[in-house]
This record gives sequence, C-alpha cells and structure tokens, in this order.
Amino acid sequence: MIQLVNIHKTFGKVKALQGVNLHVRPGSIHGIIGENGAGKSTLMKILTGFIARTSGKILIEGREVALKTPESARRLGIGMLYQEPLDFPQLSVLDNFMAAAADGNPQRQAEIITRLGNRFGFSPQLSARQGKLTVGERQQVELMRLVRDRCRILILDEPTTGISGEQQELLFGTLRRLRDEGRAIILVSHKLAEIHSLCDRVTILRHGKPAGEQEKPFDEEQLLQAMFATLPARSSRPPGRTPGRPILTMEEVSTRAGRVGLDRITITILEGEIVGLAGLDGSGQSIFLQMAYGLLSPEQGRVRLAATGRDEMARVFLPADRLGKGLIAGLTVREHQLLAGAAPFFIHGGCGRAETEKAIDTFSIIGSPDTMAEGLSGGNQQRLLLSLIPPEARLILLEHPTRGLDLQSGRWTWQYLRSRLPDNGAIIFASPELDEIMEQADRVLVFYNGGIILDRPTNQTSYQEVSRAITGRV
Amino acid sequence: MISGTIQARIRAAILQSVPILLLAAGAVSLLLLALDFSPIGIIRAMAAGSLTSWLKFSQLLSIWVPLLLCSCGLLFTFRAGLWNIGVEGQVVMGAIGATILLRMNPGFLPPPITIIGAMAAACIGGGLWGLLAGVLKNRGGVNEIFGGLGLNFVAQAIILYLIFGPWKRAGIASMSGTDILARDLWLPAPIGWRVAPAALVTAIAVFILTWIFLDHTLFGLKVKAVGLNPKAARLFHIDPNRYGLVAIMVGGALAGLAGGLQVTGVYHRLIPAVSSGYGYLGLLVVMLANYKTLPVPLITLFFAWLAAGSIQLPIMLRIDSSLSGVIQGACVLSALLVHGLRTRRQG
Repeated sequence: MIQLVNIHKTFGKVKALQGVNLHVRPGSIHGIIGENGAGKSTLMKILTGFIARTSGKILIEGREVALKTPESARRLGIGMLYQEPLDFPQLSVLDNFMAAAADGNPQRQAEIITRLGNRFGFSPQLSARQGKLTVGERQQVELMRLVRDRCRILILDEPTTGISGEQQELLFGTLRRLRDEGRAIILVSHKLAEIHSLCDRVTILRHGKPAGEQEKPFDEEQLLQAMFATLPARSSRPPGRTPGRPILTMEEVSTRAGRVGLDRITITILEGEIVGLAGLDGSGQSIFLQMAYGLLSPEQGRVRLAATGRDEMARVFLPADRLGKGLIAGLTVREHQLLAGAAPFFIHGGCGRAETEKAIDTFSIIGSPDTMAEGLSGGNQQRLLLSLIPPEARLILLEHPTRGLDLQSGRWTWQYLRSRLPDNGAIIFASPELDEIMEQADRVLVFYNGGIILDRPTNQTSYQEVSRAITGRV
Repeated sequence: MISGTIQARIRAAILQSVPILLLAAGAVSLLLLALDFSPIGIIRAMAAGSLTSWLKFSQLLSIWVPLLLCSCGLLFTFRAGLWNIGVEGQVVMGAIGATILLRMNPGFLPPPITIIGAMAAACIGGGLWGLLAGVLKNRGGVNEIFGGLGLNFVAQAIILYLIFGPWKRAGIASMSGTDILARDLWLPAPIGWRVAPAALVTAIAVFILTWIFLDHTLFGLKVKAVGLNPKAARLFHIDPNRYGLVAIMVGGALAGLAGGLQVTGVYHRLIPAVSSGYGYLGLLVVMLANYKTLPVPLITLFFAWLAAGSIQLPIMLRIDSSLSGVIQGACVLSALLVHGLRTRRQG
C-alpha cells in the first residue's frame, strides 16, 4: 500500500536518514523501532509532509507521490496521531472533532462521533473542554477524526506514553479493528511489549539506516541487537571511588510534571558516585535532575540532601538546553562569571576580566570576555557552563554533558568533571548515549515511564541488560 | 583602551540612531506635506515656543522632570523583563501619597521637612502600587500588563473620589482639583522659573543613581539576567520573582516621586489629571532608547521639547497641538521598526 524506496534526508551536514526502505501492506500493523536519534521522527515527518525528503521515492498503491505538504499527505489519506495531541485545548470535544471536517453541520458531526465512539468503545463527552480530558481521551478524539476523514494510512508515534492501562487496551483493540478493515498502520515505539502484541512486521532503524526487519513472531534478542550498536570494548575507565555517606535521598517521590512525571522514586545516591541516567528521552530523567536540583518540588514524597554549611551553593545543574535554560543570552562571558562568582557590589569594566581571561584559557573557550553567550558555539557554551561550576559544588547534575561536542572535547569534559569532583561529592548525569553511561558512570539507573526499572553498578550489568530495560524489559 | 571603547560605543550609538531619525523625520514630513504644512515652519514655531527664553525653556524642563523620573523607573522594570503599564497609576498614587502628608501639614515641623516627608510618601505610594501589580503577578498569575492596566483604573477612581469627596474644595467639588496648598509647602522656584530647582536636581540625581545601579552594580546585572532568562537566572541562585518585585517597586517609587513633585512643584494641589500621561510617554521613551540607560535624558528632553513647543502650534500655525503626539509616535514606531529589522537580519 505504501512503499518508501531508498529515502535519504540530510540537514546541512547531518545525515538523518540514509537509504531507508519501508513497505507497509494494507491490513497490517508495521512497527518502527530504534533508540534516540535513530531517525524515527524524521521518517514520520517526511511521511506526513512536514519536511521534504532529500532523495528517494514514495509510492502509494504503486503510484509515485510528491508528498511535499501536510495538506497533500492528508489528501492521500495519511493521518498521524502525535505523541502530544495536536488539538485545541480551549474548544469542546465536538468543536475539535469538527475541525477540518468537510461537513460543518454540528448535529451530523455529533451523530458521527457518537457512532464511532460506540463502535470503538470510547465514550466522548461532546461538550467537555478538550483541555480537561486525559491524554488518552484526547487521543481517542483525534483517532475518530482520522477515521471520519477516511484515513487509509495511520501513523502513531509512541501512542501509549502517558495513557492508562485501560485506555491502552481500548486503543489496541481499535487499532486491530482498523487493521482488519484493511488500513495500513505504522506504529513508532520503543516498547517491545507493544511491538509484540500489535505488530505484524517491524523495521529497525539505527543511526538513520535500516538495521533489520522481522516478521511476526519476533526474536527479541535479535531486535535488541539490531536496535543498539554493539558495545565497544570496555575502555580504560578510571576506577570508581569508594562510595561514602548518602548525599541525595529520594523517598517515594512522585510528580506529574513533564510528559510522564515521576512515579514513586526511592533512591539513595552516595558520595563519590558517578551515576548515569539512561532511558528514552522524556522517560523521567530530566524531571529527576530538576527535582534533585530543587527546581521542582515533589507532589508526594521527600527529597533530602546531605547537610552542608552552604546548601545552596553545593549543587549545580547543567541543562541540555544550554542557551535556553543554562546561560543568559544577552550577557557576556564576563558577566556570566560575575554572576557565578563572588563579584563586588559595584562593577566596572575591569571587574572579573582577569578571572574571565583565565577561565577562557583554562577551558579553551573560543571567545573573548565580551562575547555574548549566544555568540559561542554549542561546545563553547558547554565549556563556559563548566567553567561556572563553583569550587565548593558537591552535587553536579548534568543533562547530555557531551551533546554537540567532538570526541576530544567530550573526553576533556569528563576528565575535568572527574578531576574537580571532591571526595564527598557526586555526579548524576543523563545521557542519550549508552556508550557514555557505560564508560563514565559507576552506577546506572534506567528510567522507563517515570520510574526507575533498573539500578545496577555498571560493572555488574551488561549493555544488553540496560538496553532491554530501556525498552521496558527487566 | 577604555577611551577607545567609549568612542566605539558613541559611534555605534550614532550609527544606530541615524536610520531611526531619518525614518521618523521622513514619515512626519511626508504627513505634514500631505496636509499642506511646511515641516520647517513647524520646527521653527516649536523652537520659538520653547527655546527662545529661559522662561520657555524652564517650562520645557518642568515637563522633562516627571518624564525623566517615570522613564528611569521604567528602565528598572524593562530590565527585569516586565511591562509596567501600571506606571500611570503609580504616578497617581504617588501624588495622593504626597497630598496626604501635605494636607496634614503638621505645623510643628518646618515646611521643607514636610515637603521631604511628602516626597517620601509619594515614593511609598507609588512603590506599593507597583508592588501590588508585582504580587498579583507572582502570587495570582495575573500578567503585569493586565494587572497594571486594571490598577490604573483603580488609581484614577481613587483620585476622583478624593477630589470630589473628602478632599473637595470648600463648598464646591470640581475637576480643577483640591484647594491650593499653603504657599510654604510649594517647592520654591525663583521668579522667572517654571521649574523648581530642587525638582530638577532630584531628577538628575535619580537618573545618575539609576545609571549606576542598573549598569554598574551586581544588583543591576542580576535584574538584567532575570529579564533576559528567568529560568537560567535560577541556576545562578537569583530568584526571578524577588528581583521582579524589587524592580517594579523601585519603578513604582520613581513614578510616585514624579507624581509627588507634580503636586508640590507644579500644580500646588491635587488634580485629576495629575499624571498627564507622562507614564505612558515614558514607556515610549524607554522603547525608543532600546532599553538602554544613557540615551534616556536626551530622548526625554526631545519629547519634552515636542510637548512644550507644540503648545505654540495652535496659536502660530493653527495646527492642533496633538501633532507632538504624532511625532512622538512616529519616532517610536521607527525605532521599533529599525530594531526589529536589525534583530531579524541577525536572527
């Protein structure tokens, strides 16, 4: 029904997709799996017309199609259910359902949605405000809209993220029905259980390339091996320090912040530990770090820090979005140093200049004291953030510490972090690179759906165990 | 090296303002020519109306003082990333605060002390009104633009109530305001001066302090950090809410001071239109200055000249004096356009 032949997509120098082939038959559910950055979302955006492919052919029922705009995708009967529902939260369920309907008669549309609801076992409340519904219910409204618009090719992106078990059962039942009616369904997921129970066929992507294809029944070991690159020989990781007293304790911590929130996290981090947080993006790692830093407070449970004289200065957080959340665009390198260091109350042009020049030298930042933060490259922004870590910091929290850095800068970053960590300090970092976690961390925590499903010293686990855990299997 | 950077900065400032001035002058000239007025004649009339004698120039300065004070206050709030639309209400509440003290006029105190006390009350009145908008924002989630706008109406209602109610003139209540203050509670001005030297000195001192605090202290840097990126500011242990509150309180206090000086130095009584729109005009001034400190005195002087000079227009050329508003608006729109285009090109 839909066939992708040798699809390539490049963003500048970055090759997001290289020679992807996909053949989805009508009346089947086709899974697409892969880790972070494998190219799943790029592929979906091409299929829905949001971005144009660089080269390759797309055939629908044997006919080649251009597929350059979302509108043309819609006309070809391609519909997508996004991870974050794309709807109008202020409007009612019925109004949302009516959006983009060819026939704008509210009475007829109300009949249609009621009929579809009965058919799939959904119970939409037509006058309720869309924003008041749960993610699962919003998804149902979207799904019914797509069915009404006679969508023949249905794409779902991580559809079970943030919905209840009951809603998941309803969704799966609906998807099977839609398949049996002859539609082609593409399911993007990282959850192996889901793939097992729904898909007829699965394509694995790795680093933008096809890494294998399987028919039902699937061989889980092979899937995992295809998803994750094989582990390089364990590098010469410096020996871990002897763990000391607890530095951070969480007891039954829960919150609804973020996509999946945190679900009753109980954990103790010890002095001297370097802890890596693994998991698909948005599985709770970022919320965990923000909670540990104190940017968020738990809705339930307790977060305790080791008592120190100057508690506030003892923690630092280096977010992944460096310019958006870590640095201040519009301020210079020197002004950042002044804010982070002990600046006098009255500031003149020479204040902190010598210290800043020293930091620029030590951290090899390409820029001058008067360069604005936004004028630095990504790697240099990270170096600036590193240079701002105060000497007394004991708990260092990092998100994607080496993102955007070349290999050498990445190594340098880790050398620096290790060298400046005091004996009574700890590092907790989230990284989408499993290699980085296995190489740098003494202990790995795997996040899945807002919970920690695996907690092991890195020398007592395997690449395979961690990658299984990322997909929800322990 | 330092003088080199200053020269470079002055050159950059001139380069920046030339296209703005050309655009504004061009737009206004075209408008005037279309209406069959000579732009040159109008400039001459406005110069004659404000620059030909000390009396006229001091009239201009009496407009400059409240405008400069409001603009200084707005520099604080803009730096903190706040749109302090409530500045008008803060001027009004400052005027009311000053009037309360001046009406009490405790006889045992020498009048200068009473006046100083009244100015302090003006700062408190305006500052509290600002703080209220800030608390509404932090605690109630009310955007400071809407909170400020609402508080402006409330302040206007309060001043009308006072003038027509408890503080009405003996026998009659009128839009012309309360009873004139006792002569010794007027801010003294020499004969031939339309502006009290004390008010002038206050405004200049406030500007210098604003410049020092915003551009040369750690406090100013932190306010700027909060305005540019409140999320990152928290990672530098700066509480955005607290700094926002301080900024809007200082902004309100300075606007209130402007209101107090209008009462004791200009009108010598409380009138309903005590703010005269200087707060809103201050918003335009600071936008035209691209939120920088140093251009503000010059821009306020220019705007004061437009306001003072335009009073002559109906008499000399039979043009409505609201032309000054058109020119001010054209300048600000030109500035926003030039800055906007520049950022877009860079972005």
